[in-house]
Amino acid sequence: MSSEYQIAETLDVKGASCPMPVVQTKSAIDDLAEGEVLEVVATDSGSMSDLKGWAAGTDGVELLEQVEDGDVYKHYVEKTA
Amino acid sequence: MSEEALQERIEELEEQVASLETEVGDGQKKMTIVATQGTFDMAYPPLILASTAAAFGWDVVVFHTFWGLDILHEEKSSDLKLSAVGNPNMPMPNALAALPGMDRMATRMMEKRIDENGTATIEELIELSLDQGVDLQACQMTIELMEYDEDDFYDGVTTGVGAATALQHMAESDIQLLV
Repeated sequence: MSSEYQIAETLDVKGASCPMPVVQTKSAIDDLAEGEVLEVVATDSGSMSDLKGWAAGTDGVELLEQVEDGDVYKHYVEKTA
Repeated sequence: MSEEALQERIEELEEQVASLETEVGDGQKKMTIVATQGTFDMAYPPLILASTAAAFGWDVVVFHTFWGLDILHEEKSSDLKLSAVGNPNMPMPNALAALPGMDRMATRMMEKRIDENGTATIEELIELSLDQGVDLQACQMTIELMEYDEDDFYDGVTTGVGAATALQHMAESDIQLLV
């Protein structure tokens, strides 16, 4: 993981499956301030594609990075607006 | 055309554009799902799609009619059954699946898998959808047909709506699905 950004909050959705990782990410992003970065930690392999699709189709968020770390998938989402 | 008339015409057109923009809205996507099925397995797709679409910031209506109404019924939604008969994906022959108690058994098996997989329950998905602003609508005609009471449904469910309300939202929707 690069360290060009600071993580403001970590959302643990390990064990949860579709649609929870996306839906809970949306709720967590709502609670952040503009410019803050959310780390999402999931075990759902579908979250790689789903969070990418969600970020691409949603205004005010940017997916900075996705990292596969063993059985865990980490996503870094910035609230841009 | 005189300069004055031209100016007037421009103002007229500007007004038209402004009113068209209001009509089109702010570019927010809309989705309408019509949920007609009340089996355990068929309750999931509309709720999963609706809650996810709400996470995209879409305006979502799920219009529940006929057996789909049971999904919103507080008592019945926790007791939806999976049908073991006529389901070729079930690991048992139809003759066996038709025996008493088999639907219950098939449902228990599925519930156990759902729990183990970390998949949300139907109740959780309903609460989640409502929290996120999904408009879950219960068809008034079906409420009366089934002799249900408006108080039987989850808090936040819209009652007193019919086909015309559903069609109105469908006409404005980017996505319309019948489940």
